[in-house]
Amino acid sequence: MDDVYDIYKKLEERNVLLSFKGMITSELLTTILQIMESKMDHIDENPKVKKKVFNILVECLQNLYHHIDQDEVIHIPAEEKSALLMIAKTGDVYNITTGNYMRAADVPVLRDKLDLVNGMDKEELKAYYKQVLSEGNMSSKGTAGLGMIDIARKSGEKLEYGFIDINEKTSFFSLTVKISE
Amino acid sequence: MENLNLEGSAKTPTVKFDSTNGVLELKGRSIPENSIEFYKPLNDWIDAYGASPQPNTIVEIKLEYFNTSSSKCILDLFKQLEKLNSGNTEVKVNWYFEEDDEDMEEAGEDYQAIIDLPFKMIEVEEI
Repeated sequence: MDDVYDIYKKLEERNVLLSFKGMITSELLTTILQIMESKMDHIDENPKVKKKVFNILVECLQNLYHHIDQDEVIHIPAEEKSALLMIAKTGDVYNITTGNYMRAADVPVLRDKLDLVNGMDKEELKAYYKQVLSEGNMSSKGTAGLGMIDIARKSGEKLEYGFIDINEKTSFFSLTVKISE
Repeated sequence: MENLNLEGSAKTPTVKFDSTNGVLELKGRSIPENSIEFYKPLNDWIDAYGASPQPNTIVEIKLEYFNTSSSKCILDLFKQLEKLNSGNTEVKVNWYFEEDDEDMEEAGEDYQAIIDLPFKMIEVEEI
């Protein structure tokens, strides 16, 4: 049972407020948002920060949700449909971290998108958001390709990300978004 | 025609579209996973309203949160209203945002830049 304490200590060291590993369902998404809202209310979080955390959390969770939804089509193993979410707060800075499996073939497109938004300043992100909003088409699931742009815009910090090759077909994607006042 | 009244939920806004006074209100949060499904009846209602609108149509947007999936649907809704504006009704948009909520204020300005409708930005203490 020693490893339970190890996991606990690791979460403690990282100042994790909430973590989840598993399938992201619509109901779970609602519950996580409710828990985070009440946690932030409880500590009387600055309304501005609270809104940013909530907004970014919605986009991060819905990225995970839609990603998994899409994967039902490509028949990946069930265990690879699960995702990781961690919300931590160190000092005044919130860190929202997600991790999920994805198709290795889709990595270059996502990496390019992340590098593109990371290379933009506030005004460029605003212009790019407006461009994609007015020109972009929406998928049948209602995703508009705006998620990462919006996350970068609201965070105001560079997005930290990584990809780990699992095998020829699958990679593991991790993303950390920072939110501070 | 019938008014459109939808009660808000944890992920969807309260909708009050009133054809008798021409006031169309969206209030609360709009963060559904599939926004198209939610917004379709709103688009349909506006289509029907466009056949015999009030001389003045006031759009009241009082959103606390909306996700990027909704942002596209809200744009489409404004585009519909933009078309109506050149016809039998004069459309005005009131965009509400809470004090210090720069993100929501900017979101309103984004739409204002894209859509050819008069926008009024209204700062309130609480939505």
